[in-house]
Amino acid sequence: MIYDFLVNLFGNSAVADIIAGIIQSLLPLFVFILPFALFAVYLERKVSAHMQDRLGPMRTGWHGWKQTIADILKLLQKEDIVARDNDKMLFNLAPIIVFSGSYAAFAAIPFTSIFIGTEMDLGIFYIVAVSGIVVAGILMAGWASNNKYSLLGSMRSVAQIVSYEIPTMLVVLSLIMISGSMSLHTLSEQQTGYAWNWYIFGGPGSHLSKFLLIPFMFVGFLIIYISTLAEVNRTPFDIPEAESELVSGYHTEYSGMKFAMFFLAEYANMFAVSAIVVALFLGGYQSPIGYLGNLIGAKWMIPIEQFSWFTIKGIFFVFVQMWLRWTLPRLRVDQLMAVCWKYLIPIAFVNLIIIGLITLL
Amino acid sequence: MKEYFGNIYSALATIFIGMKITFKHMFVPSVTIQYPEVRPQLPERERNRLYVNMDDCIGCDQCARACPVNCIIIETVKSVPGEDLGKTSNGKKKALWIPTFTIDFAKCCYCQLCVFPCPTDCIYMTDVYEFSEWDRDNLIYEFATLTPLERQEKRDNLAKFNAEKEAEKLKAASDPKPEIKKDKPEEK
Amino acid sequence: MSQDSRLNTKRLPLKTEEMVLNMGPQHPSTHGVLRLELALEGEIVTNVIPHIGYLHRCFEKHCEAMTYPQIVPYTDRMDYLAPMGNEFGYAITMEKLLGIELPERVEYIRVIMAELQRISSHLVALGTYGADIGAFTPFLYCFRDREKILSLFEMTCGARLLYNYIWIGGVSHDLHPDFVRKTREFIKEFRPNLKEVNELLSYNRIFIDRTANVGILPIDTAINYGVSGPNLRGSGFKWDIRREDPYSIYHKFNYDIPVGEGTYGTVGDSWDRYFVRVLEMEESCKIIEQALDQLPEGDVQSAIPKRVKPPVGQVYARVENPRGELGYFIISDGSTTPYRVKVRAPSFVSMQVLNDLCKGYMVADVVTILGSIDIVLGEIDR
Repeated sequence: MIYDFLVNLFGNSAVADIIAGIIQSLLPLFVFILPFALFAVYLERKVSAHMQDRLGPMRTGWHGWKQTIADILKLLQKEDIVARDNDKMLFNLAPIIVFSGSYAAFAAIPFTSIFIGTEMDLGIFYIVAVSGIVVAGILMAGWASNNKYSLLGSMRSVAQIVSYEIPTMLVVLSLIMISGSMSLHTLSEQQTGYAWNWYIFGGPGSHLSKFLLIPFMFVGFLIIYISTLAEVNRTPFDIPEAESELVSGYHTEYSGMKFAMFFLAEYANMFAVSAIVVALFLGGYQSPIGYLGNLIGAKWMIPIEQFSWFTIKGIFFVFVQMWLRWTLPRLRVDQLMAVCWKYLIPIAFVNLIIIGLITLL
Repeated sequence: MKEYFGNIYSALATIFIGMKITFKHMFVPSVTIQYPEVRPQLPERERNRLYVNMDDCIGCDQCARACPVNCIIIETVKSVPGEDLGKTSNGKKKALWIPTFTIDFAKCCYCQLCVFPCPTDCIYMTDVYEFSEWDRDNLIYEFATLTPLERQEKRDNLAKFNAEKEAEKLKAASDPKPEIKKDKPEEK
Repeated sequence: MSQDSRLNTKRLPLKTEEMVLNMGPQHPSTHGVLRLELALEGEIVTNVIPHIGYLHRCFEKHCEAMTYPQIVPYTDRMDYLAPMGNEFGYAITMEKLLGIELPERVEYIRVIMAELQRISSHLVALGTYGADIGAFTPFLYCFRDREKILSLFEMTCGARLLYNYIWIGGVSHDLHPDFVRKTREFIKEFRPNLKEVNELLSYNRIFIDRTANVGILPIDTAINYGVSGPNLRGSGFKWDIRREDPYSIYHKFNYDIPVGEGTYGTVGDSWDRYFVRVLEMEESCKIIEQALDQLPEGDVQSAIPKRVKPPVGQVYARVENPRGELGYFIISDGSTTPYRVKVRAPSFVSMQVLNDLCKGYMVADVVTILGSIDIVLGEIDR
């Protein structure tokens, strides 16, 4: 809908199409991802500090809110080091690919009912596929660094991401079976009403299968949360960037703006993944208690409220990811693979079969 | 099979217990103090930078000998008889001028071994810890209170006095005695 | 498959090269400046060669130029995480040589300080071990408790890390009037904190999976290498110098010697060594409480000799440091400076087992095993 609005603004010509397309595709980046990444880095530092009985950044601005801006400015002015034996093309290309992979996923995420990057029928499938491009970027980064540690880190990361896409896909499949559509927009639209209609509580309607589904939905929710945690390389699955073993894993050799791109890509990915979980299980942008706009008769307020609900739910899950990071130790590579292949995949598979049987009812 | 589900249960249970602890800690007030606006309260026996009260120093060199890293350098000049250097605060009469009393704080290991042997308690450790310098030579502290002119004057005085005494001795040895020559056993 | 006579029909094995990885002197997890040369096959370690000497400061040679009381600040700086233990060992060795009889108050104060130091050193070991495994939060909880101990020490002798407190023949200052009250408060706050760190780290399933059955040290290997302290007790062997070769007044206190029992894996794995340290902290709390109850009055500086000039002879004495058995061997030639001082550092001996323990495990486990042995490079290199 915003696309139509923009096209009308610029006159109804082919040029207007192009301009509107460009503006619409840049909107999630500037309005959402960059401010969110800034906020997420600050949130992580403050949350980790308070969990560890300390204060976190306090000097740049009131309670340190300008800290991330200071960090980005510092990274921008650092020297961009490319060692002599690095493979220059791969070295320079890697951060771009990693960032684009994370960013492209935002095209199919519905922020409100009137804005979605691209209205496509393959929403969730596209997101999972495009997140796999990150794998190629990480391999490039590890190889082109000409450093044994980075190579080890990137190989482990590739194994991890590729393995954990399977449980994700299995849970997504089960949800597609229930809802009948792959587009996240449609999925969110189906969960209207109050919190009782969210998929984690079985979905809209009030027939028997809804109540039977509830425990399996919870199991599916846990599985997808854990496997997406592994896809974004967060503790307890952060072997690729294990600070105490491999110094910094596949981004050891990067400095300056390229490192900033890896850094921002990680936080953007964290939100993208939380957004997927929210859209699938917790009602996307729907509010659990009804809309204020409906109550006072101002229909234009509803999209704004939906946007804020979506952001609140997404940030809550990002907060839980940070909470887990500062509580748990890290898993070793073979244990990580064991968790995926021996625990998550069988349970996801059984879950899928049972949900399929229930939907036949 | 039972072990399989047991593993899942114990993993989830211990993770949730851990998460509860860190969540509770978010609301505990932090233990950090905001230095430099807030400074920690240091105890009275704190040992940081040394201070020497030159009015009380009698130049006995005990502190320099006790130091394990040899960071105290003391040079003393004997006073000429007739000069009055005053008394220390506990009544001892001072007999030595001290033209040099340097402590090199880059070498000092803050072990406090120099404080105990001092007979007048003139060297002691204060609680000053913010004394960093840009130039390493600025960490060599000079505690002596004599001006360079005075130091040279005292050394010259002593040299002159010693020279006079030597001259007197020579004169007494080479002068012919006007009295009858007796074997004076004390004539040495 | 085809009979090609040009080729050698004997099949040659597929040749793989071993990769040599250097965990260099600058590394976040090698507790100090230690260089480990790992020979890897894929991810499995086949050989570990440690290279030490980056922190060598010629302690033993330097002692030959200093008088006996001047050596005490230097003994602090060997194992800088447990300096009271080092000074205690040196003082006991010299008192054996000189034959000094100590007042009771001095003995009690020394035991209290040594046990507080044991708690603080084990807190560092626990915290850094958790940080190596990836759990960053217990590190800060342990250091918060350690700050309280350091402020107790600061109240007594003025320094937080390197004390120069336990002298030959006594201690440098008497206890501060508030010390007993504050120590009791500390112990009251410490026990629930210890329980919390246990729940957060020791019983965590992921931590147990990382450390159980990793780096198993059998008892005979440990004894053959000469390992002592928590490393030996983690393998199930009850050996503590405070019981076997008692020094000072340890025979007056009631305490247990915890040993590893293989609760979550085999006896002698990393979890056992780690948990022995946790249990030892509890035992130290018991000793401190008993000592505070029995503390007599007296003059702490009455037995300190004016000039230390020991008779000609040689002496060896050992104490139980938090890291193992610390021994001093001193040869005196009758003058005010020693002829030779030799220190038997426990971490130096414990590090020998690293090669044996790491064979067959993965790179990530090398960090786990190194953390569980708990070395301090200052002691190894002196």
